[in-house]
Parts: sequence; C-alpha cells; structure tokens
Amino acid sequence: MHPAFSVIFFTVASGAGFGLFALLYLADLLQLGGGLSRQQVSVGGAIALVLIIAGLLSSVGHLANPKNAWRAFSRWRTSWLSREGVFAVTFFPFAFGYVGLSFLDLGLEGLLLTLGALATLLAWVTVFSTSMIYACLKTIRQWNTPLVPANYLALGHYTGALILMLIANQGEVDRAPYYFLVLAFLVAAAFLKGLYYFWIGSPVAASTIHTATGFTRAQVKLFDAGHTHGTFLTQEFGFQIARRWALALRIFVFLAGFVIPFVWLVQAGPEVSGGAVVALIALLGVLAERWLFFAEARHVVNLYHGAQRC
Amino acid sequence: MRLGLVIDLDVCVGCHACAIACKQWNASGTTGPLSDYQPYGAEPSGVWFNRIRHFEVGEYPHNKTINFPMSCMHCEDAACVTVCPTGASYKRAEDGIVLVDQDKCMGCNYCSWACPYGARELDRASGTMKKCTLCVDRIYDETIPIEERQPACVLTCPAHARMFGDFDDPDSAVSRAVREREGYQLLPELGYNPTNHYLPPRKAPPIPTENLGQPGFKERLKTFANKLVKR
Ligand code: SF4
Ligand code: SF4
Repeated sequence: MHPAFSVIFFTVASGAGFGLFALLYLADLLQLGGGLSRQQVSVGGAIALVLIIAGLLSSVGHLANPKNAWRAFSRWRTSWLSREGVFAVTFFPFAFGYVGLSFLDLGLEGLLLTLGALATLLAWVTVFSTSMIYACLKTIRQWNTPLVPANYLALGHYTGALILMLIANQGEVDRAPYYFLVLAFLVAAAFLKGLYYFWIGSPVAASTIHTATGFTRAQVKLFDAGHTHGTFLTQEFGFQIARRWALALRIFVFLAGFVIPFVWLVQAGPEVSGGAVVALIALLGVLAERWLFFAEARHVVNLYHGAQRC
Repeated sequence: MRLGLVIDLDVCVGCHACAIACKQWNASGTTGPLSDYQPYGAEPSGVWFNRIRHFEVGEYPHNKTINFPMSCMHCEDAACVTVCPTGASYKRAEDGIVLVDQDKCMGCNYCSWACPYGARELDRASGTMKKCTLCVDRIYDETIPIEERQPACVLTCPAHARMFGDFDDPDSAVSRAVREREGYQLLPELGYNPTNHYLPPRKAPPIPTENLGQPGFKERLKTFANKLVKR
C-alpha cells in the first residue's frame, strides 16, 4: 500500500493524544503518585487535545473531495471510518469539559470525574475504531487481524505515557508510578509489535494468483497488465519496498521505538532527566512503525498486477 | 433481479474493444466524465471501468495466453458499500447494481481498499470514486431498441465473449451458461460473492500430429524420384 504521510501522522498523533488523555484521567482519578495538580491536568489535557485535533485535521488532508467530509458521520452503522469520526467528535465536548473544569479549578469533583470517565471511554473506542478501519479489510491479509487493534492501543498508550511522564516530572508528584507506567506500556507495545512482525511473516490462508484467476491446474503468470503506464490501482496498491529496507526499518522501529528508550529509562531510573529526548526518539520509532504498517501491507489486487500471492 | 455479466474466457480475444466502448459510453454517462491524465504525454493514464489483463497459463510448450477482462463484479456481499463512510457507495435493492453517488463521495479511497478486484478508481479531476455502472443509463433506456439495452461492453464485443442478464432467473442465458460451462467466481475465499462469473477455457481434445497414415501417391512419387536423382 502507498503510505500517505497525512494518514501516518494522523494515526500517530491522535493515538498519542488519546492515550495521553486516557492515562491522564486515570492518573487523576487514582491520584497516582500523590495526584497531579489541577494545573498539570489542564496542561496535559491541552497537549492531548492539540495532538488529537492536529491528527484529525491531517487526516482530512488525504481526502480528494474534502467538501463532502461532513457526510462521513452518516454511516456509523456499517463503516468503521464513520464510527471513528462520530466517536472522535463526541469525545470533544466531554474532554473539553474535563480539561476546562480542571483549568478553572471550581472544585466540582464529581462532575469533573464523570466527564473525564466518559471522555476516556470515548478515547478508547475511537482508537479502537481507527484500528478497525484497517483490521476489518479482508483484502489486506497483513491488516486483517486482532493484533492490529492491540498494536494501535498499545502504541497509543505507550507514547501517551511518555508525554504523561514528562508532565509529571514538572511537578510535585512522586515520579516512580509514572515511570513504571511508561516501562509497562513500552514492554507491552514492543511485545505486541514483535508478535505482529512474527505473524505477518508466515501467511495464513493467503489468496494466490490461482484463486484470483480460477486457473488452478497450472502455473499462472501475468503476461501483460493491459495498460501502458501506471493506473490508480498501481499507484495506490502497487507500492513495493525492497525486503532489505523492510528489515532495516524494522530494526529502526525496535531500536528507536523501544530499545533506546528502554535502556535510557532503566539506567536513568525514576528521576529520569532528558525525558523529552526519549519521547522524541520513541515517536520517531513509532512514525517508522506506522510507515511500515502501510508499506508492508499487500492488497490482493496485486495478484492482477503480477504478484503470485498476497 | 440480480444483474451481472458472464465472461467467456474461451472466446475473449483480448482486443480491448469492451474497455474502449465502456470508456466511450460512460465518459458521458451518469458518473462521467472519466478523466485522462497526460493523454498525449510521456505517462498516459486515466480512469477506466473495465480493464483487460493477459495471463499465461502453463509452461511452454503446454502454455496458453488467456485474456482476462475485469470490471466491477457487483458483489452480493459488497464490502465497498459496507465500508463507505458517506453513503456514496450503494447497492440497488431492485437489481443489485453497485453505484457511487458522485454528489456524496468525499474521495477517501476506502472503498477501493475494500474491493479485491480493482474495480474502483479515483478520478483525480473530480476527487470522486468512479466505477462500472453496468451501463445503468443504457439498459433501462426505453428510447433505444430492446436488443441494444445492454451494457456497452457486451454490445461491442466482436467475439461475443460477454453476456449480460439476470442471475436470479434460472432460465436466463447467463444462468444457463454458468450452469452448463462450470462458470466460477474470482477470489471466492474472500466471501464477496461476486455476481459476475467467468467461463473457463474449454478443454479441447488434442489434435493428432504423429502417425498420420500412409503418404499419398504424389508423396511416394516424389520420394521415388529423389532416390533416382543423385545430387
Ligand atoms: S467488485 Fe469491487 S466495487 Fe464491485 S461490488 Fe465487488 S467489491 Fe464493490
Ligand atoms: S471514496 Fe467515496 S465512495 Fe469510496 S468509500 Fe470514500 S466516500 Fe465512499
């Protein structure tokens, strides 16, 4: 698949934003490490909202006809893309309420926590819907797996936890629980990503050129695609990266996304300094992960353009 | 009604006439125009509803080229319709034709990701998704003679490799052809249940090329003369 930068940025940014929001709320609810100050909560909430909004705006960038984008809210009964839009939009009033009340510090604890709880639920459902946009497609074997929602949720929470740790570091709270939260999500995300790479390495029930053409008694080869230059199909689905680069990128994903942050965190301990650099490196790793997620996906239509199996 | 096409792979000569006729008719049809990009430039490309690919089956000398026209299959379980977030993609209840409402499409490409057959192409000029309409504006047109109320590709095919009809009617030409010639669907394992069917190439008995019998009188005379004349 052709990796569109707007979509990559969208899934990484809004994933981190929703993850940050959910963890921020839980930390606030459970008074993690003595409890974040109202100011920290409102700053963290604002960062989460900026990330989410930037992501959603970027996602509009890949529409060829954005003037009809408002119609995308109408088919939530069948379409995960539509559901994602609906959930993302319903998230905002609750999230704004929670962040706003935290900022004003009016002391309406009950209302504050209820709004936050609803927003957190919607944040989770939204990230899940985003991942299901990909996971529901039977045409792309590499995406059609529960590992995709698991990965999206884990990576969103991992990057969110990193930002939350930075926020916690600015205040009076006990840093240790935030630090261990990051480590826990780091390990979970790395494990799930490893599992995913392992899983896409061995095809299950893949479609082949034989099922695509119906010729099952002999070798089948594409002889001529029937057009002199590329078409929409070859541009959208024909993206091929050499295996060599895929491996190098996977190594980069693990090094930047997980290994370097892990080593850094472990040697620095809970009093970690320079956390912003760790977060930045990890985000680069996650961006590369998302790029590979698209680039490595092979659509079955490639069987009609020369692939033997998908 | 469940309208669709049957494509006879035994007969298709791969001339691309159906694709040209399709482009010609639909460029001014319900979803037209169908943009061309750099038509006279170095990298000509554009929107087509119907594309003909060519496959080689078997290995030399037991090989065969098979021409393979593909357009929208008007699937029974069309995921392109399910995934569309705007409702622009829809399947008509009355005849099963899958269409895109150009006034609703936002050009997200999602339906093209869901289609395994490459039947949908984004028109970059209009920003909307375009696809085979089964010539919906032609097959119901009562101002043209009844025998011409067929999709443009079917009408134009010089080899008669295409048939159009109602798959819900067991006596229609398409239903009979599928029954009698073991017509099949593409990528059945994905479960889209495409309406369009393909008829496999017939397996013809081999033509004998050895032991063709005694040589005739003329042949024997030549052999005899050759023996006499020293060269
Ligand atoms: S062939 Fe593709 S575009 Fe046509 S109905 Fe099936 S899934 Fe939809
Ligand atoms: S490109 Fe248009 S028709 Fe296709 S899913 Fe998006 S809005 Fe629907």
